[in-house]
Amino acid sequence: MQTEINLRVDGTDRQVTVDTRTTLLDALRERLANTSPKKGCDHGQCGACTVLLNGRRVLSCLVLAVTAGGKDVVTANGLAPDGELHPVQQAFLDNDAFQCGYCTPGQVCSAVGALDEFRRGWPSHHGDTELTRAEVAERMSGNLCRCGAYTNIVTAVQQAARA
Amino acid sequence: MRAFDYQVPADALAAMRAVAGNDSAVFLAGGTNLVDHLKLGLTHPDLVVDITGVTSDEVVERDGGLWIGAAVRNSDLAADPRVCERYPMLSEALLSGASGQLRNMATAGGNPLQRTRCGYFQDNTTPCNKRRPGSGCAAVGGHARYQGILGTSEHCVATHPSDMAVALSALDAVVHVLGPDGERTIPFTELHRLPGDEPSRDTVLHHGDLITAIELPDTPIARRSRYRKVRDRASYAFALVSVAAAVDVTDGVVRDVRIALGGVAHKPWRAYLAEEALRGQAAIEDNFREAAAAELVDARAVDGMDGGNAFKIPLVTRTVVSVLRGLTQENQ
Amino acid sequence: MNAVGQDMVRRDGPAKVTGTATYAYEAEVDNAAYCHLILSTIARGQVTDVDVSAALALPGVLTVLTPGNVEKLAPTDDAELAVLQDGEVAYRGQIVGAVVAETSEIARHAAELVHFTYHVDEHDSIFTTDRDDLYRPKAINPGLEPDTSIGNVGEAVRSAHLTVAETYSTPMVHHSPMEPHATTALWQDDSLVLWESTQSVHSVRTDIAGLFSLDAEAVRVICPYVGGGFGAKGSPHGNVVIAVMAARALPGRPIRLALTRQQMFAIVGYRTPTIQETTVAADRDGRFTALAMAAYGQTSRIKEFVEQTAAPTRMMYAAPNRATSHRIAALDVAVPTYMRAPGECPGMFGPEVAVDELADALGIDPIELRVRNEPEVDPETGKPFSSRNLIACLREGAERFGWADRVAGARDGDWLIGTGVAASVFPAFTLRTTANIRFDHNRYTVELGAADLGTGAWTVLTQIAADALGVPVEQVDVRIGDSAYPFASVAGGSSGTATWGSAILTAADTFRDKYGDDPADGDEAENTFIGTGFEGGPYATYAFGAQFAEVRVHADTGEIRVPRLLGVFAAGRIINPRTARSQFVGGMTMGLSMALHEHSVLDPRFGHVINHDLAEYHIASCSDATDVAAHWIEEDDPHVNRLGAKGIGEIGIVGTAAAIVNAAHHATGIRVRHLPLTLDKLLAGLP
Repeated sequence: MQTEINLRVDGTDRQVTVDTRTTLLDALRERLANTSPKKGCDHGQCGACTVLLNGRRVLSCLVLAVTAGGKDVVTANGLAPDGELHPVQQAFLDNDAFQCGYCTPGQVCSAVGALDEFRRGWPSHHGDTELTRAEVAERMSGNLCRCGAYTNIVTAVQQAARA
Repeated sequence: MRAFDYQVPADALAAMRAVAGNDSAVFLAGGTNLVDHLKLGLTHPDLVVDITGVTSDEVVERDGGLWIGAAVRNSDLAADPRVCERYPMLSEALLSGASGQLRNMATAGGNPLQRTRCGYFQDNTTPCNKRRPGSGCAAVGGHARYQGILGTSEHCVATHPSDMAVALSALDAVVHVLGPDGERTIPFTELHRLPGDEPSRDTVLHHGDLITAIELPDTPIARRSRYRKVRDRASYAFALVSVAAAVDVTDGVVRDVRIALGGVAHKPWRAYLAEEALRGQAAIEDNFREAAAAELVDARAVDGMDGGNAFKIPLVTRTVVSVLRGLTQENQ
Repeated sequence: MNAVGQDMVRRDGPAKVTGTATYAYEAEVDNAAYCHLILSTIARGQVTDVDVSAALALPGVLTVLTPGNVEKLAPTDDAELAVLQDGEVAYRGQIVGAVVAETSEIARHAAELVHFTYHVDEHDSIFTTDRDDLYRPKAINPGLEPDTSIGNVGEAVRSAHLTVAETYSTPMVHHSPMEPHATTALWQDDSLVLWESTQSVHSVRTDIAGLFSLDAEAVRVICPYVGGGFGAKGSPHGNVVIAVMAARALPGRPIRLALTRQQMFAIVGYRTPTIQETTVAADRDGRFTALAMAAYGQTSRIKEFVEQTAAPTRMMYAAPNRATSHRIAALDVAVPTYMRAPGECPGMFGPEVAVDELADALGIDPIELRVRNEPEVDPETGKPFSSRNLIACLREGAERFGWADRVAGARDGDWLIGTGVAASVFPAFTLRTTANIRFDHNRYTVELGAADLGTGAWTVLTQIAADALGVPVEQVDVRIGDSAYPFASVAGGSSGTATWGSAILTAADTFRDKYGDDPADGDEAENTFIGTGFEGGPYATYAFGAQFAEVRVHADTGEIRVPRLLGVFAAGRIINPRTARSQFVGGMTMGLSMALHEHSVLDPRFGHVINHDLAEYHIASCSDATDVAAHWIEEDDPHVNRLGAKGIGEIGIVGTAAAIVNAAHHATGIRVRHLPLTLDKLLAGLP
């Protein structure tokens, strides 16, 4: 079943025809040629597809595109309008918080969402009231990195939180 | 994944009718399990009915307790100050589940209805009585690490994966359902079934039944409660064993106690036998251990590769003791 | 100022943090069609019939590839690549078909509709050491002798003061790079373009050209970025062959093919499970009198890969009596391959735990015990080491980690605390590579078909080229990841930087010899670096390291945490401290993951891996590894190669698991000899 939806992607209104089965991830990657969100597992088990949907971090592989009609989608690329890096992106660069780069756009979106959640006072399983290393790690644990950049990711997110 | 129609109904009644009237229709809320299953080929609906807009997405006070709309996202519920203060075990359970992204998606109504993560259930190419009744249970003699030890049957040894549901079970929550015959309530502890000879049915709900809200009764004991999850990764992993517990100790004696277990059964397991064994007893470690033993009297490990899941039996005891020790020490 | 040694930020960094770096599946093409693989659901037998009618009837389906209806490939001895040439099924999860359709949703749906009928043969997927069909392979990876023996181990054990003779094991594990294997393939005007996620564009080109009987010039393989490989993308697998078949079936139509995560557990290789019968005998002073390992692994019935598990036992420590052997079971299972530090990674687990057990039994500090058994020369070949700084790594690590402060029985609340150490090693070698240098508009362009898997090649090769040419990095453009550039070796074996860097040095010499310091626009030179090959030269060339772990075990539940991991390495010259540190730390983090989590559960009744996704096949999450630190010794090795670089991509994973297991023993008194170290293995021994 084909259907047309309107999405605001990285600040631009986009109209796209999707199958009802199309996930937001595939709509972005395969129909809108937006390469920022990555497909690592397609089942909500790795975090590489993380985007901000109406401001919240979600896994775009588990969102049917038809349910996202009219919503605002921000990918890692949208966090750097005109090429100026977001503080989280700059912190990732400064701290070499990635290697192969495939999980990175998802890590970046997740960090932006996580810092926003922290600022709003949302608790975490770890339960520190400060962004200690363990606290950051718990909030970032939904984003797997096989290159093993976690130590630097935690440092980068702490740096971005101070920015 | 075959093609399907997508509908956004006007209200809960329309949503319920759309699904109840079509054997091949399903509800879609957060999508975290349904979309997963669509891709795995575990479900093949003709119609997907989006219910994210038809039930409440608010938590409201009612009769001294809280009334949680089915569309409340897990992250909002976990962060709700009333939940954190009055039902900490529920907040902790939610926060120990999945990841920040998934909690932003998953709903209060959907989370308890997620299906087992048994590898054989999720793999269309192997036998599974839950997925294909009569095909057999491949988990027995196979990868049994995450399987159950309580209430299993020869047909199914799967565990329920939700953390939230374990806390709701301990809290005596009540599920509000809208079905073809109208509205009704189901005690949360009776929502999920044991597998018996019909493991394909996870719950007592019928096709078309829509969870509209979950009610938390006023539960003073829950103000000092905990959810303890033991898992293989430090985060972002399903439970091997989990314990939701609350205890009221006065003068060194357990006046009241709530215990529910996760990762051990086809349903969130309310440990009534352990509670019974503890009430009126001294709040000492030996009694905690005996209470756990009472609950585990019928526990049975699943044979499998790498020693099956026999380790879960001592792990339950140790975790229950650990949690109760922690809670009672805080008490003093 | 020299660029080499500088802390240069990754050149591909901005593209990666914004997600604009394009990986294979994301190649910019118009009007792509989508291909979805179909895998066998039996472990052994034949496809006897395929019904494609329902799939072809689905609107949007372009073609269905099945055994027998695809083009005949040129004969190959690589059965993994001979896809769909007949209906034989040799393992569960083997490729038996593929669908191409207008959208990925339709392709996936149609794949479900293709109906296969099989003749099922009984299969055998059980790996044990008591099989009667274990055999001695002719050679082990990468071409080493399967067995070695010096002196008499049995005799030495009989007269030893103390002997540890234990069996250790490591489970089947999967590389699991974050980017699933993917291809975009376009066949047009009798030539083929492949955007492929690979560690070696040239080997993909060679293999594909051979299989399809094409001139190598008719095939171009492009791969600017790889979303992790770890060996799984070291040589092509069946998926890329299918992508090419699909592209040739639909000329002019770009085909996109990505594996699902589940498919990754069947068709792109894995590390074999290993069983390691390990013997370490010592005299009263802790000097080893015998060292031996009988190693066992599995391979697929249709293709042999033998993990060199006992290789490090041959060179790590001194002992007059030594023996190693490798025996293999050929099973109805998927094809194993090399994975980050093949041989050394699994093969240093048993010995490094055994040394710890011996230290414990002798009452000697485990660092001191290793120091006492330091060899003068490579004990089996007699070659001198080009440099060997294991002891320096152990000493420096001990200092930084606070080893002297370790106490048995430490406890913090509910957590039992212990510390452990293990040694690391990985061979250093170089391969053949050609580099081309061109001058234009006051800039130097350096081209070679290398790959950056996240290793930092884009950046470090720029640094090497700048110094080789004596110009600032701003004046250098390095281009890699395209078979249109000169031949470069695989990004594997920790050989990339040393090999490619040496090739750049060679080409730069040639360029300067030809054109001097003031070249004209269009001046161009190319040269080839030959390399040592896997056999090496007159020296034994190895990087060494020492790994220290702090482990906490929950006294009630047995949960295991590694709050601290510290490694010190001696790996020759470090080109870029920033990317080097990430490589070491990344390897150590993967080693932690291996220690605590990784285990592909192959159910022999079915023949495939049951926990075939990232929810059930656990790799370490952020919370598991928040404090992993790497340091290195300044090492000037004039023998290893002109750059003095030894390679750093793999050594970080070697020894980590042993250090963690040794620390868990220190915390609990419980010795775990079978990975992964999970709480169920500790529960019975806890108080």
